[in-house]
Amino acid sequence: MAELNRESFVIRGKDTVRMESISRPSLSFWQDAWRRLKKNRAAFIGLCVVIFYTIMAVFAPMFSQYSLSDMDVTSRNAFISAEHWLGCDATGRDLWVRIWMGARVSLSIGFIAAIINACVGAVIGGLCGFYGGKLDMIVMRLVDLLYGIPSLIITILVVMVLGKGITPLIVAMCVVGWIGTCRFVRGEVYRIKEQDFVMAAKVLGIPDFKIIIKHIIPNILGMLVTNLCMAIPGAIFQEAFLSYIGLGITPPNCSWGVICKEGITYLRYYPHQVFIPAFFVCTTMLALNLLGNGLRDAVDPRLRGTE
Amino acid sequence: MRKYIFKRLVAAVLTMWVLITVVFFLVRLMPGDPFQNPKMTAEIRANMESYYGFDKPLIVQYGNYMKNLFKGDLGYSMKFTNKTVNGIIAESFPFSADLGIRALVFAVSFGLVLGIISARNRGGKLDFFCVIVAVLGTSIPDFIMGAVLQYGFGIKWGLLPVAQYQGIEYTILPACAIGFYTLASVSRIMRASMLEVASQDYIKTARSKGVSEFRITAKHQIRNAIMPVMTIMGPTVASVLTGTFVIESIFAIPGMGKYYVESVSNNDYSMVLGMTIFYGVFLIFCNLVVDVLYGVADPRVRIGER
Repeated sequence: MAELNRESFVIRGKDTVRMESISRPSLSFWQDAWRRLKKNRAAFIGLCVVIFYTIMAVFAPMFSQYSLSDMDVTSRNAFISAEHWLGCDATGRDLWVRIWMGARVSLSIGFIAAIINACVGAVIGGLCGFYGGKLDMIVMRLVDLLYGIPSLIITILVVMVLGKGITPLIVAMCVVGWIGTCRFVRGEVYRIKEQDFVMAAKVLGIPDFKIIIKHIIPNILGMLVTNLCMAIPGAIFQEAFLSYIGLGITPPNCSWGVICKEGITYLRYYPHQVFIPAFFVCTTMLALNLLGNGLRDAVDPRLRGTE
Repeated sequence: MRKYIFKRLVAAVLTMWVLITVVFFLVRLMPGDPFQNPKMTAEIRANMESYYGFDKPLIVQYGNYMKNLFKGDLGYSMKFTNKTVNGIIAESFPFSADLGIRALVFAVSFGLVLGIISARNRGGKLDFFCVIVAVLGTSIPDFIMGAVLQYGFGIKWGLLPVAQYQGIEYTILPACAIGFYTLASVSRIMRASMLEVASQDYIKTARSKGVSEFRITAKHQIRNAIMPVMTIMGPTVASVLTGTFVIESIFAIPGMGKYYVESVSNNDYSMVLGMTIFYGVFLIFCNLVVDVLYGVADPRVRIGER
């Protein structure tokens, strides 16, 4: 009987070359996240709405025959018409223009405040988490202290001290706004720092700076962007609230909060003056919330459907 | 346990002191002053200032204020003549508290129920409905909610009183408007933690022992899932309080929020100072209670503290 050895057998249909080849182009983390985000219909619609509103806020007022404070006495409290696309307010100002001018203010405050908060919080939280020690202890005591004080009260007082307007509003929101991000980033950095790949990098003698850039930041960036996206509606809401109680944007400037406030006086007779700006505020918040949820699922698929 | 409570207490007192000090000095930094009457001569002005103690150095004012604060005295209002800040708070706080408690009870009970239903029917139609309510709730600011409810139920259909405060039916709309956001966030958190608990081993054990589904949910799942909801009770009280600011002015309820907003625009130093401190201390106290309760309910929290 002939000796049976490996050479005398061939596995049919097995192509070792094809087995080893990579069938799809490899995706980077962000490409992968983008692919998942596109699949999530709600989040994608949210993204489109946000982009649409931003574009409209920039261009719509430019192409309108009316300006922010043009008063058309004959069409006071006018309802939606061909002349005034979204009607007019009590002094005959065109709501279409006012809504988009308000969008400029509301959206930019929302975005800028959220971005500043995220950056400041990430830097402070990152430093505390990575280096620990005395710095960490001092900052965390401070954070605990600030966390206990209701943030709204501090925001109101800071606005009162700095005066009204866009910049004071943003500053006031940032005084305490970074704390949430700081706590979250510190926790994440602390957790990642203990993991083996960071240990390996350290053992290999890679400087701290490079470890932070190469290993830690990519690992928290996804969650940070998600957090940022979730923080924007909060900031828009805060602006609307402060403007509503008369502390934020003051006439002649306008924001969505201001328009709502002006409209509510005439709620009984001209409800469209409240409901139209309210529609834009709500859809923006909804879009950003959906986008935030989608982003969270996209950067960390394990969390999908848990919330 | 006693040590944990003590620690929390010290932290709370320290936070209150920082809050009071910061607020005191911030209020003095504000532009404008309460005596902005053009008819006021320099002499009257000086009299007024010495009456309210503004002519003394800042640090002495601070010392006096702290001394009075220990006695529970917040001073006189500068705009509402002859009224003490204590008096105004005592007058208006019951309205706000009443409204706030109703809103909180409404939001938490309905939020929990929605969260539980949603988690029990995961992926089903009911779940979809609950998730939509939750997403909408977090996207609609409370003043818009207030306006919508007022217009729909009050003006258009005339089912409920439009404004003011004269009985229980007057509180339904404002309480719903304030509570809707909280309802949404409570239901989201409850749903998430219910789902997390559902995959735990003790649930499997209970199920394999043949415990009925109802008993599993009621006895095992809800009890464990309710913990994360408790952690947000502190911020929730704060957000309900914020809600009262605008909702009170929309529904013309004579509560603290309305007075606060008015004093802010009037530059009424002593009122702003007194009410801010009252709000701050109240919220810090609520946080303290929540922390302690959380420590009682879940021993892991106590041990987790260094």
